[in-house]
Amino acid sequence: MGMEGIGARVARKEDKRFITGKGRYTDDMSVPGMKHAAFVRSPHAHAVIKGIDSSEAEKMPGVIGVLAGAEMTTDGIGSLICGWMIHSKDGSPMNMGDWRPLADKKVRYVGDAVAIVVADTKAQARDAAEAVKVDYDVLPAVTSAVDALKPGAPQIHDNAPGNQIYDWEIGDLDAVDKAIASAAHVTTLDLVNNRLVPNAMEPRAALGVYDEAEDHYTCWTTSQNPHVARLVMSAFYNVAPENKLRVIAPDVGGGFGSKIYIYPEEITCLWASKKTGVPVKWVADRTESFLTDAHGRDHVTTIQMAFDADNKITALKADTIANLGAYMSLFSSVVPTYLHAILYSGQYVIPAIHCNMRTAYTNTVPVDAYRGAGRPETTYALERVVETAARELGVSPAELRRKNFIREWPYQTPVILQYDSGDYEASLDAAMKAIDYDGFPARKAEAEARGKKRGIGMSCYIEACGIAPSQAIGSLGAGVGLWESAEIRVNAVGTVEILTGSHSHGQGHETTFAQLVSDRFGVPIDSVSVVHGDTDKVQMGMGTYGSRSGPVGMSAVVKALDKVEKKAKMIAAHLLEADESDIVIENGQVKVAGTDKALGWHEVALNAYTAHNLPAEMEPGLKETAFFDPANFSFPAGCHICEVEIDPDTGKTEIVKFVASDDFGNIINPMIVEGQVHGGLAQGIGQALLEGTSYDAETGQLLTATYMDYTMPRADDLPSYTVSNTVTPSPLNPLGIKGCGEAGAIGSPPALMNAITDAIGNNNLSMPATPQKVWAAINAA
Amino acid sequence: MYETHYHRAGSVDEAAKLMGEAESGKYVAGGQTLIPTMKQRLAAPDSLIDLRHIADMKGISVSGKDVRIGAGTTHAEVAGSSDLASVCPGICSLAGHIGDPHVRHMGTIGGSISNNDPAADYPAAMLALNATIHTNKREIAAEEFFVGMFETALEEDEIVTAVSFTAPDKCAYSKFPNPASRYAMAGVFVAKGGDGVRVGVTGAGMDGAFRWSEAEAALGSDFSAGALDGLSVDAGDMLEDLHGSAEYRANLVKVMAKRAVAAI
Ligand SMILES: Cc1cc2nc3c(=O)[nH]c(=O)nc-3n(C[C@H](O)[C@H](O)[C@H](O)COP(=O)(O)OP(=O)(O)OC[C@H]3O[C@@H](n4cnc5c(N)ncnc54)[C@H](O)[C@@H]3O)c2cc1C
Repeated sequence: MGMEGIGARVARKEDKRFITGKGRYTDDMSVPGMKHAAFVRSPHAHAVIKGIDSSEAEKMPGVIGVLAGAEMTTDGIGSLICGWMIHSKDGSPMNMGDWRPLADKKVRYVGDAVAIVVADTKAQARDAAEAVKVDYDVLPAVTSAVDALKPGAPQIHDNAPGNQIYDWEIGDLDAVDKAIASAAHVTTLDLVNNRLVPNAMEPRAALGVYDEAEDHYTCWTTSQNPHVARLVMSAFYNVAPENKLRVIAPDVGGGFGSKIYIYPEEITCLWASKKTGVPVKWVADRTESFLTDAHGRDHVTTIQMAFDADNKITALKADTIANLGAYMSLFSSVVPTYLHAILYSGQYVIPAIHCNMRTAYTNTVPVDAYRGAGRPETTYALERVVETAARELGVSPAELRRKNFIREWPYQTPVILQYDSGDYEASLDAAMKAIDYDGFPARKAEAEARGKKRGIGMSCYIEACGIAPSQAIGSLGAGVGLWESAEIRVNAVGTVEILTGSHSHGQGHETTFAQLVSDRFGVPIDSVSVVHGDTDKVQMGMGTYGSRSGPVGMSAVVKALDKVEKKAKMIAAHLLEADESDIVIENGQVKVAGTDKALGWHEVALNAYTAHNLPAEMEPGLKETAFFDPANFSFPAGCHICEVEIDPDTGKTEIVKFVASDDFGNIINPMIVEGQVHGGLAQGIGQALLEGTSYDAETGQLLTATYMDYTMPRADDLPSYTVSNTVTPSPLNPLGIKGCGEAGAIGSPPALMNAITDAIGNNNLSMPATPQKVWAAINAA
Repeated sequence: MYETHYHRAGSVDEAAKLMGEAESGKYVAGGQTLIPTMKQRLAAPDSLIDLRHIADMKGISVSGKDVRIGAGTTHAEVAGSSDLASVCPGICSLAGHIGDPHVRHMGTIGGSISNNDPAADYPAAMLALNATIHTNKREIAAEEFFVGMFETALEEDEIVTAVSFTAPDKCAYSKFPNPASRYAMAGVFVAKGGDGVRVGVTGAGMDGAFRWSEAEAALGSDFSAGALDGLSVDAGDMLEDLHGSAEYRANLVKVMAKRAVAAI
């Protein structure tokens, strides 16, 4: 309804401040008396701390204090935890190793924090940090999860024998093995899902302020979910009780998952502020970001897909080892299990599925959710094996998929999930048409005449957004609920504030959430403000990740709007002496349907607050709160097709065309959805072509710790995308939304790898498909 | 970055004098290599002597085929010089593909060759163009100047003031960039002049930029990409890292050489 309502292509309200450099990030915050922190970090991947001598550092200019882990332990600050309990298949709980915010006995990865230095300036803090002498007894290190699980590998945590965190499974192994044994064809692939560094544009930062007079803490930090940060810091880390801890996440410059977690630095800055009596600010430099932001992916998988004589899939079996790094980060345990393994049905009817998942500690930075979180790993394995099977069976990859598509919804997979709605063939058809799939052979021949190898590849992905419902995930081990909250405050002049637990760090909530209000009450989005990111202003909320702001966060807004609408109509009915059921709200007017009796929206609002003439018993005011706990995940799906041309002399891949046809259910703002898809595709293409994270196998040093060695996608690495949508609304939330934040990163890597392997005629190629690897694969084929 | 002292030199002599007075001084030109190194705390000069404000070290002069480029000339100035493009377009195109616009507007030819990064572009051109490197003390032939990886014939306090060369009849540079850094994984500069063909290679060699003499000989008798078909550089002499094996680099050298020849 209206120019700025649901479905309108409204320009983002927040962009003015971002584009003009007026965003306010944690590093922009300044409080009187504020000082600066630097962390002393381990240069070793694995070592015992024998002693720490800070006497020299303490004497350096400007130094206020040097604090180390032992003192923190004495002060009762708790260890970092993983918030989701997974049990191994033998029933034993996962082996969670102790993660001290400041390591006091042992360091387990290069970058592990050992001490904090607080000084007048950042430069002084860094100089002094370098002067802190830590006496290390260096131990052998292991960086690959496969190696970590081998007998004789260095033991990283005492309570995780053989470095295993859990050995978990899902599905019916017997049924799968039988189906494989009796299959007409089985395709087997060994795959690596490459480890990625999240690289948010804004590095992590924290400003901890202890107010002695009030015995109160304030923490500005780069968080995707400030309420969860407050909850965890008070309930588990004993920083302060919740009522004495305010967490503010102001503008946040990208997260992609890496800013979900509560890291050692924010806890330490808060604690250090009390210890030193000054506000303490820390901002990571880019090297610290590389070394200490939770990384993503890092799976090693063997996948098998079985077919009957009619090319129907009969079984799928995946066996994976996942690297969780040196410690279990906040949601690390759930990413390979309930965000990954239960997606293995993909878009297909697969009668029997089994996934075994072993996770391991290594001497690398912790690994946790990164854009897509588990689903990109599933999609990569599944869509490469389907494509490979089509090649082995000599059938068209599109037709093999089509033959096995799920065609009825809701669809119950053999691995927990029940898909809400979809039309996978519609996406496939749209994508094939957009890329002119049938014209490919002619284009390939033309490229060949120019000495280029041309290939085409597709990926039909499904993913799961808005992880839910709280009761079910609780029974699967979650330590939190995953609902969302919203409060709608109509001011006396009719302007509106939305208070939401969904944090915005690039997603455009300030625009899309306002569109919901505009749609409902006919007010311009300019008179709607979105308030988020401050635990003192906003009621408890769960934050932004897993593409949940649409399906869950907006649903809470809708529920609150329902309540406001109801009360507004009651007030209007009273004032207009009409029946409540006859009242309609249109274009900013509250009217008696079919008459010219009307009140302006602002008049109803004003009446609610003057309270001079309200219905009997009605409380003054116009402000409502709602919590929404979805009945299930939502299931965006779609088809990505990529066409590449490869220079056989250098191995360089050029993406000639990339089409994405996605089903995100109903769309609130098509422009923002396209932006999300473009960004996701850039990250997926980055994973497939460019981004590789490499640790030295012996020393555990991160070899790709700067942009000189870590290839971030740049504009000229990326094509212009052709994106479109098909729509099957989700029946599970009031707006019919499915979520769009991660699909681009989930669907694209296998499409690209399928295209490249098609072009070069060698399927033995791992991500990132760098020119050197593609050249070697061409020459090995 | 560690604390350091900044000095702005107004002349070459003043710069040398300031260097003499410094405890552990470093010249800074565009700062595009030195400053990042200092930020990473890998270099800690107590004094920085800025060469960017020395007028004598700036500018491009072209007279007939004689070219002189002041050491303080930025990559963007080289890339954009129409005088230079009219006699030696290859070097303009090379400069136009160094780094990104920020780097090209700060970085200088003097800084680049003094640093002699094995993946830097200019050294290949200097070798192929048979350039002379002018310093405040002497003139050095390019081949004597580039000694090895990050190593030059420069003495501690010596300042490169300019480079000069005679423009060849034809030349071209072909570069395969490292996907991450965009420095050269293999960059080949081919120059064809009165006294034959010279081929300078950068990015690939274990000892930094080098001349590929077999290619020069082959192209001397048959100036065509096909003349290089039977040749190869020894993978044993090539750099090897995350981004490219020695074999891959050896391949790239040949492919880039052929492309440079084809572009002439
Ligand atoms: C992001 C990025 C990308 C880049 N990409 C490329 C690329 O693709 N190809 C490429 O070739 N280079 C590249 N560079 C390097 C760039 O070309 C630098 O400008 C160059 O290497 C150094 O020049 P400078 O003027 O910045 O020197 P500085 O950094 O100021 O100095 C470098 C060194 O040379 C010394 N020095 C400087 N001038 C003189 C002089 N006149 N006499 C004696 N000693 C001197 C300094 O003391 C120092 O040791 C890149 C740099 C960056 C930051």
